Amino acid sequence: MDIVTEIEREQILALLREGKRIDGRGFDDVRPIKIKLGHITKAEGSAEVWLGKSRVLAGVKIQVGKPFPDTPNEGVVITSSELFPIASPTFELGPPDEQSIELSRVVDRGIRHSSAINRTELCIKEGEHVYMVLLDLYILADHGNLIDAASIAGVCALKDTKLPKINIPESGEAELLEDTTPLKMGPPPLTLTFAKIGSSIIIDPNLAEEKVMDARLSIAIDGDDSIASMQKWGTSPFTRQEVIDCVERANKIVKKIRTQLP
Amino acid sequence: MSDKKAEAEQPLIDAKGLRTDGRKLDELRPIHLEVGYLSRADGSAYIEHGKNKIVAAVYGPRELHPRHLAQSDRALLRVTYRMATFSVSDRKRPAPSRREHEISMVLRQALEPLLFLKMYPRAAIDVFIMVLEADGGSRCASATVASLALADAGIPMRGLVAGCAAGKIDGKIAVDLNDIEDKIGEADIPLAMSPDRGEITLLQMDGKLTAAEFAQALSMAENGIHRIQEMQKTVLLEKYAQIRETIGDEPDVSPEDEVFEEEPAKEPAEEPEKPKKRAKRIKTEAKETKPKPTKKSTRSKTMEAQAKK
Repeated sequence: MDIVTEIEREQILALLREGKRIDGRGFDDVRPIKIKLGHITKAEGSAEVWLGKSRVLAGVKIQVGKPFPDTPNEGVVITSSELFPIASPTFELGPPDEQSIELSRVVDRGIRHSSAINRTELCIKEGEHVYMVLLDLYILADHGNLIDAASIAGVCALKDTKLPKINIPESGEAELLEDTTPLKMGPPPLTLTFAKIGSSIIIDPNLAEEKVMDARLSIAIDGDDSIASMQKWGTSPFTRQEVIDCVERANKIVKKIRTQLP
Repeated sequence: MSDKKAEAEQPLIDAKGLRTDGRKLDELRPIHLEVGYLSRADGSAYIEHGKNKIVAAVYGPRELHPRHLAQSDRALLRVTYRMATFSVSDRKRPAPSRREHEISMVLRQALEPLLFLKMYPRAAIDVFIMVLEADGGSRCASATVASLALADAGIPMRGLVAGCAAGKIDGKIAVDLNDIEDKIGEADIPLAMSPDRGEITLLQMDGKLTAAEFAQALSMAENGIHRIQEMQKTVLLEKYAQIRETIGDEPDVSPEDEVFEEEPAKEPAEEPEKPKKRAKRIKTEAKETKPKPTKKSTRSKTMEAQAKK
């Protein structure tokens, strides 16, 4: 875990009491977003995304596999992520820790429960062959709020994805062909993260704010403005009203972010 | 994904003597290098070598965890080579493979002779290499980029290591094999060297070669390494030229005449080599050799690419 100096903590808290943030943003301002699509040619889709200085590379690989028994006519979309130590001196090798697993699962749920990708269209032959869309997120630099950065990178990589046509011989394994069609995708889900520091609630915490936050609330807003998933983190509580307010704020902010996506 | 049968029948050298990507036998793929690529690492670098895209991060010398690994007389160098799941045609499983463990080991041994580990007893120097896209020769490109990242971290080194492979395709010896040449060619020799010192620090080989062919391949790879080394020096010098410009009016200390003269006093007495003097020699040499025209266009291509940025 990154450490934060006492003086920095005091400064962040003092500024928040005046309605200001340590990097000069307003409470509802998201850091600048930069997106680079299709950098990785061996991936079926890829996107490198900067949220401020936080930086995530997302790549999609397509496979043909068996559907899950309870959804025989639906394709599979799986998101996973890894905190490899290139992204921060505090990340370590070894089995994924709490932070890494939470990141994977929160981003995965945001995309999994969205209606942006119609899974039945990913079915090739019911009960036997479906497309598996495997989205992997690699963090290149941790400057705070990796959840939102990874969520944006994930949906951009999906948007960049070319679905290979397939050939299923009578006997033998299904084969992906060179010929592709774009992966159909509706308005994407986006995860927005609020940090609660003292009694202030701010969006998109940077690294320093993340280090002093008491609690965090991530909300995935789907393309149709419904809520796709949520995650509260931290030992400090939110009031009922605070949660309701966050959802309302998220709904407004997500519209601004959507205009910046490809 | 790709049709393996069709690949096997495809000639690797055409009637004009050109390879699948249009190169001559002794031509390197285009190479692009960057230093300071990652914002949170102590030192970092990025390489595009053909379609290989590889990033390296260095941390340290820093406190070593777990402590029982600490060595009382020297730092521990740890090198980890990993591939992104989407870096290859068929998705790689996320867990590190036997291949990745082996390459981590040979890369550690390729880099270790260049470092003065006895200067940092009980500490760790960690090198993390992530292959974002692989295109044949990724361990060689990893040696090149890891060595740059170590230099970017400001860790004293005896010299830089650069990597380049050579091998045999369609009966002929060729340098810097690409993905398909590596897969269906007759032989492949990954090589990493510190060319200033004439030292081979990484050598592997698989395939079938006569002793004469091996000797020819080795000198071709060495020639490639010399060219890559010049690019490494250029990109490092460029970074420090930029820093000097940014600092602007502050009294400027030229790295050639001041910095390296001051420091040898701090060296531990038992150190067999004189690191700073060597560093100085390399810098001077780099300046002298800078205008040296290289045989191939690779270098100028890279420089053009950098100029565009």
